[in-house]
Amino acid sequence: MIPAAFDYHAPTSVEEALRLLAESGDDVKVLAGGQSLLPVLKLRLAAPEVVVDLGRIDALRGVREDGEALVIGAMTPHHEVASDPLVQQHALLLREATRTVADPQVRHRGTFGGALAHADPAGDLLAPCLALDAEFVIAGQGGTRTVAAADFFQDYFTTAIDDGEILTEVRVPKHTGWRAHYEKFSRVAQQWSIVAIAVTLRSEGGTISEARVALTNMGTVPIRATAAEQALAGVAATPEAVAQAVAGIAEGTEPPSDLNGDADYRRHLATVLARRAVLAAAG
Amino acid sequence: MTAVDETTTAPAAEIGSPRKRKEDQRLITGRTRYTDNITLPGMLHLGMVRSPLAHATITGIHTDDAKASPGVVAVYTGADLAAAHGSLPNAWPVTPDQKAPEHHAVAVDRVAFAGEIVAVVVARSPREARDATELVEVDYDDLEPVLDLEAAAAGPPYAHPDLGTNESATWIFDSAEAGTGSDVEAAIDQARGDGVVIERTYRQQRLIPAFMEPRSTVVDPTSEQITMWSATQVPHILRLMLALTCNISESKLRVIAPDVGGGFGGKLQVTPEEVTTLLVANRLGKPVKYTETRSESLVAGHHGRDQVQRLTLSATKEGIVTGLKVDLLANMGAYLGLVTSGVPVLGAFMYNSIYKFPAYRFTCHNIFTNLTWTDAYRGAGRPEATFAIERLMDDLAAELQMDPIELRRKNWIRHEEFPFTTVAGLEYDSGNYEAATDKALELFGYDELRSEQQRRRESNDPVQLGIGTSTFTEMCGLAPSRVLGSLAYGAGGWENAQVRMLPSGKVEVVTGASAHGQGHETAWSQIVADRLGVAFEDVEVLHGDTQVSVKGLDTYGSRSLSVGGIAVVKAADKVIEKARHVAAHLMEASEDDLEFSGGRFSVKGTDKGMAIGEIALAVFAAHNLPDGMEPTLDSDATYDPVNFSFPHGTHLAAMEVDTETGAVKLRKYVCVDDVGIVVNPLIVEGQVHGGLVQGIAQALFEEAVYDDQGTLVTGSFVDYLVPSAADVPDFITDRTETPSTTNPLGVKGVGEAGTIASTPAIVNGVLDAIRHLGVQDLTMPCTPSRVWQALQSREQGEPASVQPTNPEQTSGNLNSSGVISPEQGPRTEGGAS
Repeated sequence: MIPAAFDYHAPTSVEEALRLLAESGDDVKVLAGGQSLLPVLKLRLAAPEVVVDLGRIDALRGVREDGEALVIGAMTPHHEVASDPLVQQHALLLREATRTVADPQVRHRGTFGGALAHADPAGDLLAPCLALDAEFVIAGQGGTRTVAAADFFQDYFTTAIDDGEILTEVRVPKHTGWRAHYEKFSRVAQQWSIVAIAVTLRSEGGTISEARVALTNMGTVPIRATAAEQALAGVAATPEAVAQAVAGIAEGTEPPSDLNGDADYRRHLATVLARRAVLAAAG
Repeated sequence: MTAVDETTTAPAAEIGSPRKRKEDQRLITGRTRYTDNITLPGMLHLGMVRSPLAHATITGIHTDDAKASPGVVAVYTGADLAAAHGSLPNAWPVTPDQKAPEHHAVAVDRVAFAGEIVAVVVARSPREARDATELVEVDYDDLEPVLDLEAAAAGPPYAHPDLGTNESATWIFDSAEAGTGSDVEAAIDQARGDGVVIERTYRQQRLIPAFMEPRSTVVDPTSEQITMWSATQVPHILRLMLALTCNISESKLRVIAPDVGGGFGGKLQVTPEEVTTLLVANRLGKPVKYTETRSESLVAGHHGRDQVQRLTLSATKEGIVTGLKVDLLANMGAYLGLVTSGVPVLGAFMYNSIYKFPAYRFTCHNIFTNLTWTDAYRGAGRPEATFAIERLMDDLAAELQMDPIELRRKNWIRHEEFPFTTVAGLEYDSGNYEAATDKALELFGYDELRSEQQRRRESNDPVQLGIGTSTFTEMCGLAPSRVLGSLAYGAGGWENAQVRMLPSGKVEVVTGASAHGQGHETAWSQIVADRLGVAFEDVEVLHGDTQVSVKGLDTYGSRSLSVGGIAVVKAADKVIEKARHVAAHLMEASEDDLEFSGGRFSVKGTDKGMAIGEIALAVFAAHNLPDGMEPTLDSDATYDPVNFSFPHGTHLAAMEVDTETGAVKLRKYVCVDDVGIVVNPLIVEGQVHGGLVQGIAQALFEEAVYDDQGTLVTGSFVDYLVPSAADVPDFITDRTETPSTTNPLGVKGVGEAGTIASTPAIVNGVLDAIRHLGVQDLTMPCTPSRVWQALQSREQGEPASVQPTNPEQTSGNLNSSGVISPEQGPRTEGGAS
């Protein structure tokens, strides 16, 4: 488990990081916690010439409010996101999902932005960001740009971040007071999601008024369940009604087949878990 | 030494005390040195080039680029090293005509499994060695790989074409032939007429030992004696076998097993890596280290289990068992390791378990494939046997609509029937299955859970409840040497100990049982403290270095306490006898008038006495000893057990099955184990907990899966699912203590009990939850997907069993692993965040 040799840089500002990326050519990797990158380097599945570690850029760490948005720095560790009172108040779904990521060690080293930029379709933060209509702020040599979640996740391990750019923060529209649940299905505690369902909703008097639903690991990118969201609006939070509203949630999806189950099984799981997630969120 | 005070004359107190382990501080705080922590001046490092193919002819190896790589000292191929050693050892030729391929440390002209070493790079640093391995190019001609056990048994093609067969050996035990029972075919025929016959095929999936510390070896050839440090369970066996394999004088070789981070049988081996490190160090005359990566450990360290069990059980309609026939296919993998071929044979004596079968026949076919070699893994043969019989008993109970506990009561050996000679020819010395079962049922709340199960069935609850039973026994404490001889094993089963009385009254205990996490230092200290009447803290236990512990047969098969611990007792008793001689002389009393208690010799009817420490000092000074006596109290004992030890217990598991998702949850687990007299209840508890999780892992989580090319798909812990504490509930454990009658401490082994017992309890519980829904069998591990598929098959009217994972479904698809392949990888966290 010895990586190939690489040059290591640990800039202390975004500007310095961008300059290093620009100077380093094509064969560079960005280290943002390292919970996925380090195993890949150790297994020599990647052997970059340069690694730029963002871990010392304090400006990228922390959670703050900015008007109607909650702003989460890309280098905020998972455990800080999960325990942040602003996140609990305005984006409960993120807290619920982040709490299920891997194990405590990983949650203390791995970062919010690192996981999102890695874009593992089985990762637990993609679907919640999609459900919450998060926006991704990407910095490059020419300035910053903002990309909607629906456009950010492009493919298997592929995002809208271009070479020479870094994700600096994620802006999450406040969903103040919305209830939330992240229903994760895995075989052992530290495993990636086989399938998971992210739900956040508002309900009044036992009736769901508005819901946001997204699916984890049901395709190469997280999937927003728009039809289910529409079907859930105005529905009583009963098992029968919710089951009916989410019955078609897996239609048209192309989830992977692997040791944990084939695509049919995952589609079945998504349907069962969606019902449970909505009911749990509706409380 | 001052005279001991009165409190130490109290009765023995250490045995039975939950002492915290002496070794834990250095282990937990990271102060110890494992093999990989050892650094020597001028030390070189090895990198292994391994075959990516399961079966191929090597047509060329190009090493020039690697040799030119920075820091590289040498590159060796199999051809360079083959002349320096013989075939790696198999110590257990189970039949006289057993077939085995030549096993080189580094493959010479053909590879037989993916992961086999084809070349070795020697460099000045581990990184440079690893870098250069990528520059070695090997030309292969593909051969057809033999991957499926059942197809291999039928063969061709052959895993080793030169052998002309895939069958290494066939080993048979028949109770009628052995005179230990009657003819099993007659019993089965009879039951087909007027009783019941259960016929099943169970699969023991392939498991990976997955010890925490990867294997590592350092060899220093610069002294008169070559020293090897290795992360091994068996330093003594390793020394002898390396001497024989590499044609080195045994006296020129010293082997040290420093603290070793787990083994579970996976370090009971003489490995190609150890042999290679030794050969390279000798050739270059410099210290050399090799530490495997986790990936190498998973692919090339020996695996365990991997059997197909075809079983026939006959019984009367009243549920009295009348016969058991076992027909095994055992996957050897590509080569025979140290005891590969004997692992299924170790199970042969355990299929009848605690039940009074009158007729029994066991046949095992040892089969070669082009998969990683198999060998001992926690339980080694006995978990497979216990799984089979406990599953069969539950299946029989279901067939007869009888409570599984009641069925077992009808058939087990009653406590008043011990000692009991079984149909497999073993004599069980002691046991009390009734007591352990009664206690377990009470702790479990058996009747209450049965009621809840009924309620859930009636209400068609999506979550169904099942209760799994396992009333196991096992044979451990390996082993009486004469029995091993009768089974054609290549060595004995004794163990050695020395007790050294230091002049200050402190004690050094040397044991041949080499601990790799078990806590020997603590337990042996407790035994000796009681025996000699010295303080626990005054006993030091030394082990794992052939220069310190000069004789031993090491640690495996739950043998350390019931064999090695008894050797310690025998050596301590010899110290006492020598000290008695001196005490009588110094106190001018007859030896017959001396009493030894609490570390003190007293002259009966007087207030005269001497502590053993005082005698030790007097012997050191040697000023006044009995005529002709050697001035030493030190003693040495080699103990050969007269019998195996037979721990037993009753394990009960409450399993919840979510019929909507197939998810299985272990809700409650109760076990009452009888491991005889307990030296340290804390250590026993730890062994039981760890053992349970390892057995549960086989039932629910772990499986080594290969693709259709023979590449290990579960090649990292992302896909090979080792459970953690988060994945199991709190266990409810208790004990009964029925002393073993065949050793002076009354102890039995505990190292493997939990693993052996728990797997069938879990699977029986899962099946009990959904048997009424038409599911009769499940293949391990019982994954949610498999359970759900089984429920679906039932609904569609298909046979309700699930086949093993289809490798084609899984090959090359690792997306949920989070570990990505290079072509997916331009953006691993990169360009990003």
